[in-house]
Amino acid sequence: MKVLIVGAGLAGLRTAESLRGAGFAGEITLVGDEPYFPYNRPPLSKDALANGLEIADLEFKRRESVADVTWIFDDSATSTDYQQRGVLLKSGRLESFDVLVAATGIRPRTLNVPGAEKSKFSLRNFAEAQELRTSMLGVQRIVIVGAGFIGCEIAATARKLGIDVAVVAADPEPMFRPLGAEFGHAMKHRHEAHGVSFHMNAKIAGYLGGESATGVSLESGEEILGDLLIEAIGSLPNTEWLAGGSLDLKDGVLVDSSMRATAPSDVSIYAVGDVARYAFDLFDTTPRRIEHWNLPTETGRRAGKSIAHFLHTGEVLAESVNFVPSFWSDQYEDNLQSFGMPGIADSINVVEGDLMGDCVVEYLRGNKVVGVVGVNTSAKLAPYRKSFQETN
Amino acid sequence: MKIHVDMEKCQHYGQCVFEAEDVFSLGDDGKLIYKVDVDDSRRADVESAVDVCPMQAITVE
Repeated sequence: MKVLIVGAGLAGLRTAESLRGAGFAGEITLVGDEPYFPYNRPPLSKDALANGLEIADLEFKRRESVADVTWIFDDSATSTDYQQRGVLLKSGRLESFDVLVAATGIRPRTLNVPGAEKSKFSLRNFAEAQELRTSMLGVQRIVIVGAGFIGCEIAATARKLGIDVAVVAADPEPMFRPLGAEFGHAMKHRHEAHGVSFHMNAKIAGYLGGESATGVSLESGEEILGDLLIEAIGSLPNTEWLAGGSLDLKDGVLVDSSMRATAPSDVSIYAVGDVARYAFDLFDTTPRRIEHWNLPTETGRRAGKSIAHFLHTGEVLAESVNFVPSFWSDQYEDNLQSFGMPGIADSINVVEGDLMGDCVVEYLRGNKVVGVVGVNTSAKLAPYRKSFQETN
Repeated sequence: MKIHVDMEKCQHYGQCVFEAEDVFSLGDDGKLIYKVDVDDSRRADVESAVDVCPMQAITVE
């Protein structure tokens, strides 16, 4: 019996550990497209960029239970043969499976505008962080396209390094989708106080520069110039290699609460981590693909347990999704943390402090609290997480 | 088992608290408090806490 996990990031690792934890003694193979064991990505936009961490500083501790799994590095899946139960790798190697787990995550989205072919920076993996750090250290001013978490964290890190930062984004406020307009606006002020300049509601007409992009032109005619350009405009799920079967791949891989993508009678395929889309049962019934850091662990744990259960009993594990999404972000001296789904709320209620300082902010949909976000108030957020799990 | 938290790395997010409340807690000042010597029977939950730490600051011997 062989479980093939494609993707050697956090979700793949947690799936393997959970399989072993649930008593699965068969073969496990993980395929990763980088030369590294699973490592922690959040520091890439912060510590690794500011201080130049080594990969050894970022690698996750791997449990002894997975010491016997097979790792294939520097290779990636190109297609799936659903009849023969095999995955073809870029190297030409064919990996068979009895159970397949998609843990291929996401890649940075790129903007399709004139000048898009110019070289520019993005930040998803260790190699990109190293490249960006090397290039950033020698420059005076950077242009960041996108004002989500990655864009804002890079901005904060660059300011720490004394580099001037211009952020250009289509959204009305930084971190608009997860935090909403009011909190986003307050975050913008925090960044401006540290010297970041923002160009929001921007309609980008093209990228400027020679071989390398060094700025953008806007439809208004305005030009925002720097020494290098970083694209941080969100991500795309890596699902192309799964085409040709019956999976729903509209935005990531649609899975049930056991992280299973296929019917029990069909070939066994699961998805975990950033590439998986599922309903968060504590909140509503809409399947969502959420890229928060705690979810690769939650989904990997669930998948390992589900697979072991299915192999043992022939039945799909019937447990609802009780995961509470959570994100955190360090920007300057502030620690931002969230529980629940602030992105689906329609109003906010500042219950403590104010948006410009330390605060606790409830996010409501109708009159129901669906999320909470705090700045430097972690201890006060814990009761909310519990209440989501208990009362919803 | 012995627990060590690298306080240079720890940002006091408190994610570990949910996994093992009897071992980790956040004080009134919001700072992490943890037990160093913990009975082996708590190993599974403590390892879960190690997993979920955003800063990967917890080690267990």
